[in-house]
Amino acid sequence: MNETVNVLLFGITRDITGQSAVQCSLPTKPNVGTLLGYLKQQYPEMAGIRSLLVAVNGEYAENDTPLHAQDEIAIIPPVSGG
Amino acid sequence: MIALTTDPIDLSSAYKYLQSDEAGAIDFFLGVVRNNTAARPVDHLEYEAYGRMAISEMQKIADEACHRWKILRYVVIHRTGTLRIGEIAVLIGVTTPHRADAFDACRYIIDTIKQTVPIWKKEVLTDGEVWVNAHP
Repeated sequence: MNETVNVLLFGITRDITGQSAVQCSLPTKPNVGTLLGYLKQQYPEMAGIRSLLVAVNGEYAENDTPLHAQDEIAIIPPVSGG
Repeated sequence: MIALTTDPIDLSSAYKYLQSDEAGAIDFFLGVVRNNTAARPVDHLEYEAYGRMAISEMQKIADEACHRWKILRYVVIHRTGTLRIGEIAVLIGVTTPHRADAFDACRYIIDTIKQTVPIWKKEVLTDGEVWVNAHP
């Protein structure tokens, strides 16, 4: 059974998808690594970005951090503030 | 004080906030919009933030600065939205008893913001547009 997570997109990832949020249907017990793999497959241009991090509930997460349907999940392309 | 704003950043109100009778130094860093990048003319910049996390990451940086140096007051304000040439994109202000701490803390805060805070800038050039740092 798949799990659907809602993912916020910013910067270049928002431009690539044309959306500020996407719903991703991932295999059971998904984690950050699963999500990044899914996005790069769905949107090949994402594989060309220098780095993609994921934030879960407002904190940077590791590749093995589990994802749940109720989490606030955001893709963080290379930051460039200042 | 930590803030994100779409309004122009007001230097004099930041200065008022930073004043303290114990102060020996107030240091400001202003990041401003330059009219060129890699020799290509820039028309304007567009800044975007993941608001709640940008605030919490800036707060972490300010907290760490307060741990490392004797800081009496600080201001960190980052602008979002469309910015024209010469406008202030980011203001860092630090009040300390002595100047060395003010310089060091101010530099630490801006350098770390550039590394960890989820804010993105798109350079809109006269002949195209580029998300800064996005590609190798």
